Amino acid sequence: MKLDSKIPEGPLAEKWARHKFGLKLVNPANKRKYDIIVVGTGLAGASAAASLAELGYNVKALTFHDSARRAHSIAAQGGINAAKNYQNDGDSVFRLFYDTIKGGDYRAREGNVYRLAEVSVNIIDQCVAQGVPFAREYGGLLANRSFGGAQVSRTFYARGQTGQQLLLGAYSALSRQVTTGKVKMLTRTELLDIVVEGGKARGIVTRNLITGKIESHSAHAVLLCTGGYGNVFYLSTNAMNSNVTAAWRAHKHGALFANPCFTQIHPTCIPVKGDYQSKLTLMSESLRNDGRVWVPKTKEDAEKIRKGQLKPTDLKEEDRDYFLERRYPSFGNLVPRDVASRNAKYVCDEGRGVSKTGLAVYLDFADAIKRDGRKTIEAKYGNLFEMYEKIVDDNPYETPMMIYPAVHYTMGGLWVDYNLMTSIPGLYALGEANFSDHGANRLGASALMQGLADGYFVIPYTVGDYLATIGPADKLPVDAPAFKEAEQRVTSQIQRLLSIKGTKPVDEFHRQLGLIMWDYCGMSRNAEGLKKAKKMIQDLKAEFWSNVRIMGENEEMNQSLEGAGRVADFIELGELMVDDALNREESCGGHFREEHQTEDGEALRDDANFAYVAAWEYQGENQPETLHKEILEFENVKLTQRSYK
Amino acid sequence: MKINLKVWRQKNNNTPGKLVEYQLDNISPDMSFLEMFDVLNGELTKKGEEIVAFDHDCREGICGSCSMYINGRAHGPQTGATTCQLHMRSFNDGDTIVVEPWRARAFPVIKDLIVDRSAFDRVIQAGGYVSVNTGSARDANEILIPRTVADEAMDAAACIGCGACVAACKNASAMLFVSAKVSQLAILPQGKAESQQRAERMVAQMDAEGFGACSFTGACSVECPKSISLDHIARMNREYLGAKLTSDNVQG
Repeated sequence: MKLDSKIPEGPLAEKWARHKFGLKLVNPANKRKYDIIVVGTGLAGASAAASLAELGYNVKALTFHDSARRAHSIAAQGGINAAKNYQNDGDSVFRLFYDTIKGGDYRAREGNVYRLAEVSVNIIDQCVAQGVPFAREYGGLLANRSFGGAQVSRTFYARGQTGQQLLLGAYSALSRQVTTGKVKMLTRTELLDIVVEGGKARGIVTRNLITGKIESHSAHAVLLCTGGYGNVFYLSTNAMNSNVTAAWRAHKHGALFANPCFTQIHPTCIPVKGDYQSKLTLMSESLRNDGRVWVPKTKEDAEKIRKGQLKPTDLKEEDRDYFLERRYPSFGNLVPRDVASRNAKYVCDEGRGVSKTGLAVYLDFADAIKRDGRKTIEAKYGNLFEMYEKIVDDNPYETPMMIYPAVHYTMGGLWVDYNLMTSIPGLYALGEANFSDHGANRLGASALMQGLADGYFVIPYTVGDYLATIGPADKLPVDAPAFKEAEQRVTSQIQRLLSIKGTKPVDEFHRQLGLIMWDYCGMSRNAEGLKKAKKMIQDLKAEFWSNVRIMGENEEMNQSLEGAGRVADFIELGELMVDDALNREESCGGHFREEHQTEDGEALRDDANFAYVAAWEYQGENQPETLHKEILEFENVKLTQRSYK
Repeated sequence: MKINLKVWRQKNNNTPGKLVEYQLDNISPDMSFLEMFDVLNGELTKKGEEIVAFDHDCREGICGSCSMYINGRAHGPQTGATTCQLHMRSFNDGDTIVVEPWRARAFPVIKDLIVDRSAFDRVIQAGGYVSVNTGSARDANEILIPRTVADEAMDAAACIGCGACVAACKNASAMLFVSAKVSQLAILPQGKAESQQRAERMVAQMDAEGFGACSFTGACSVECPKSISLDHIARMNREYLGAKLTSDNVQG
């Protein structure tokens, strides 16, 4: 298989404009002859569904939630980047492009990232026009804040609820199209298979989560906007139901899966408390604007704090180690996420961690409160502080917050070309579900940007080119054999799961998988551990398929059955992640191989051998996957050792 | 902690439901309320019983999925918080906790603690948007919006669509939910052009869905996990009245 990224020729700044001009158009009167399925209604899905319906296509959008408004995009707190340069602080499209490429540790495509930076400015305009209440200055202009990995202020925000407000904006646009009849909305409907026939995506098979009914849906193109796979770690900041099933089942039909080992560990999350823990809560990165990260200088003090014999506020300034400020004087607390996370791990590994578990560091606002006053801090972060207090039962205005890294985002995903098309013609992947723009590490406030860029401003152009090429007649009826076979596959997998009747609940398998992934394929990885993990995952898979216990039937609402299908896919994905991490004999961004580090413990890339996208091709049940390499070419940035010192 | 639970169990919309008692012995006060339900479901599965179905997703108080009526209060004893943000430390060892689904005609029970809230989607579809197509927006800073105005719009926009307002209301009225959207878009210049039409359409849809009338007792605002203010109901009433008095907007 030859991977063609379809990056257009020409100078970086002209690529997208030239490409758009070269794309085929569908005549307005013909658009109504095409059907498009959009799976998932988060930022990418809702914006794509609304925009395509506005153009005149017939859209069928589906979500497993009870409403499109509940997708996990809603939980993004901090903000969305855009190269508006409203602050006159030297921002530009090129700088946003450059920061993103560098932040991603040079493992993303230049062409894609430049386009992302280019359309970022349109996103803000669009959202404001929809009535998204972004934060403003007293004079009425939009406010900005700064974020990790950047030295300009380019992040737009709506209190600590930016994702919610952007999603509600996209949801409102989607709702408007439901009323016009151009979008048919299916809620509580889960994708369980993709139908590929004659080398093209033809539609999907779904399960109605209320009745259990298995149904086929046919279309000219299918868009997977189904988010990331962070829940492979069980504990993550992702919502409980976020899963990889749609992407994984597409992968099994031939869609390549790219860079699965690129996962992002977010530095500022509320630490784990007990075995019963079901998920981790993120504290927005924006807090690092004003909060200072520290641990005690000595192990002895740290131990006293862990035992409750010493209060953090009693520790003198000279006995504290502000380790990010010390190691990275120019970026300080605002280093990118992977760097901040790894350093928190180091100090905890040294025995200087706090909280009862020793797996936490402080994020301290005392200086900011002294400098700006409590009111200012409250206005900026009030809801985050409240959230922290509700969970931890501790007041962060008085005692420093405790934080620890947690899995947050997955840069890897389905391989797509410049048009966002996967390696299966007619099947697209948007937003976090694809791999395209963040390389080996995503910068803060860039996920919202990418989801909306893909949905509002990229797919409306690129999908038309494919549709115009195939023509309206190129569609299968839902009673075609390909659909019947897919329905049969889905039904028999469900029956197989229900008939195991083992002893162990689904969640316990998920928790076990998560621990394996966190211990061996988490913040730092080594060959020995990864090989061990591979074996453990294979054993877990065998146990799952012989001992999982699912109560109830298919023909009803059955949450354990839903979970079982998702965990089955996570287990298989886990193994591929381990393979990918083993293959990538270098450290870059979120992927840190202990064997490959500089003398002072920074990630050591190997550009000569690994400046490529690792795209994996499925070869059948329990068969090793085939690796395809898309070599990354850098014409506009020079690859350097990333330094935030 | 030991906890006695009385949980509403209902197989589906066509089968009558009932409260079923469960006992849990090893509950940590640091557990969230939903993690307590995870423990219960784990035990039920091991005993070979069907798990309790409940809606939940983000578990950080923003998606609006969770929806439990706990000891007679929507989202339980805390104010300004969703069920997922409630922790067991809010209860005492040995407490009996009664957990029911939202009760409202417009929110039929699907299973156990899960109700159908699609009526809310249909209300938004009736007009809860600004009619602007992708790509036709002007520069974001072209219209100045004073901070106080943006803040007030944000207060209304914070609604998570959970339905606690309806569950808390003795009339099962959806006025707080509907007014939050009407008000957000009426305050902002971008939404002004359609504001009266929007109020009319959304109110009409709200009535069609079978939500009750508003008698302004304020229970909705007290129980709202985002503490949405009653001011928005007043603003929606003003928009609605204005619409009814201007002939060009009268419909039907």
